[in-house]
Amino acid sequence: MPKKNLKRLDLIFKNEHDGEKVLMKTLARPAQEIVNYLIISGLKGRGGAGYPTGLKWKLASEAEGEMKYVICNADEGEPGTFKDREILSQVPNKVLVGMAVCAKIIGAHQGFIYLRGEYKFLLQQLNDVIDDFHVWTNKMGMDFRVNIFLGSGAYICGEETALFESMEGFRGEPRNKPPFPTQAGYRGMPTVINNVETLAHAFSIFKYGPEMFKDLGVQDSRGSKVFSVSGDTPIPGIYELEFGMSVQKFVEDFGDGDAKAVQVGGAAGFCVPRKKFVNTKIGYQGKLTGESLPTGGSMMIFNSSRSMYNVLHNYLDFFVEESCGQCTPCRVGTQQLLLGIEAVKKGERSSDYLNRLLDLAENMRVTAKCGLGQSVANSFSSIVENFKEEMIY
Amino acid sequence: MTETVNLVKSLADKYGRYHESLLPILQGVVQEEKYLSEEAMVEVARELDISAARVFGTASFYSFLNTKPMGEYVIRVCKTITCMMHGKNIIIQELEKNLKIRVGETSHDGKFTLLETNCLGQCHKGPAMLINDTPYTDLTLEKIRDIIQSLKKGDLVGSISNPLN
Repeated sequence: MPKKNLKRLDLIFKNEHDGEKVLMKTLARPAQEIVNYLIISGLKGRGGAGYPTGLKWKLASEAEGEMKYVICNADEGEPGTFKDREILSQVPNKVLVGMAVCAKIIGAHQGFIYLRGEYKFLLQQLNDVIDDFHVWTNKMGMDFRVNIFLGSGAYICGEETALFESMEGFRGEPRNKPPFPTQAGYRGMPTVINNVETLAHAFSIFKYGPEMFKDLGVQDSRGSKVFSVSGDTPIPGIYELEFGMSVQKFVEDFGDGDAKAVQVGGAAGFCVPRKKFVNTKIGYQGKLTGESLPTGGSMMIFNSSRSMYNVLHNYLDFFVEESCGQCTPCRVGTQQLLLGIEAVKKGERSSDYLNRLLDLAENMRVTAKCGLGQSVANSFSSIVENFKEEMIY
Repeated sequence: MTETVNLVKSLADKYGRYHESLLPILQGVVQEEKYLSEEAMVEVARELDISAARVFGTASFYSFLNTKPMGEYVIRVCKTITCMMHGKNIIIQELEKNLKIRVGETSHDGKFTLLETNCLGQCHKGPAMLINDTPYTDLTLEKIRDIIQSLKKGDLVGSISNPLN
């Protein structure tokens, strides 16, 4: 693969003052053309799962339903992620334009921003922006309203079907898939649900065309991504970078010179130990060389003073509390993993017990109902396998 | 009619009497009364014509919908990984010392409740906490003492760290 210099960018947070114009020009284009734009650009969902955005909009436009909905998922709860908050406070108009264009394509008249309860302090400011936005859409004769739906502190509600349950007034328990949201989402109607960042990228694609976006990143992982950098770094914060960067390069730029591991993708993501920095790339799983890791953008750096046992313990604590309790593999599995590593640490169980815990984690990957339970194995296995001594002694 | 009954009715008038109105109504009750009393939940069930068990089932799922009485200022300290790495335990200790309560408790005057919570999305500015809806970040022992002192005196919350600026 040709070497490419991957660079830092400033696309998402660049203040564009022509939101209204971009919306008007984009709405004037045929729907088919806009969807093709998105498909050509290669934009994939920025919440972490990486579903192609253009295809999602296309499926929802073809689905039949008496009502359709556009939902912006701002239930950013993954540990180590804070980019969506920043996007919503700095460039909310891009997100709203993305929603409005989507609404036109699929035929929706109602949109929601599901804002996590922890971000309630943004509510007033966002509502003001939405009021101004409604003035634009009214002027353009567009029948589309956006409302904010406030969450109440449940990580699982970031899972799209749990989010629908929550909006419908139920416990945030994920549904079985299929049907997928584009067929039957909120209130059983065809729904497009996109991450905040995805919608903001869609704005850039409408404005600058798909080629600009496609030229960024690497094969299968197109465009740029906003990363939330925290942990042992002298420069924590939010950075927009091209996809395809190696963890090594990332650590050179952001580490404190003593990084021993990087957690890519939050508690639900993977732990990359120092020896794998060079061969691990950050991007969607595809034809990248070496291992590649998809990510919602959470990058946590740990230096050699950190106990990886404490890190894993903290993650498991988190999962035990945030598991919705609906399916047994996740409800019981998370608790047993936590009790298990405690028992090994205290010497109540032999070190071989870790292998049984790894089996349990892999079982959860296969049997849990939703992404939460399935992804516990990501951090569990990658930490236990790479830092076995730290789990035992 | 009691205050709670009136509150629930006005919230139902505002948000409607649909399934979709349940969470906003419960959030509205918590905003005013700090928690969901049995009376409030039964009343919500009656207004929306659903079972009280359903209301309790939903309410008890969400960590911000308290079903136990809370203080005037609910302090939620982030305990997730990066805040922990940046000294969350020392912050908790200082809060416990200043408030004379432990995590999970409410002060005898009903003013403060101290809780731990999961990731607040302020990882780059940890340690972080929420007091009611306002985030406080880059916490230090001095900041904790200043914040608690000003709250005890009854000063307004929100001036110390406004992430919007």
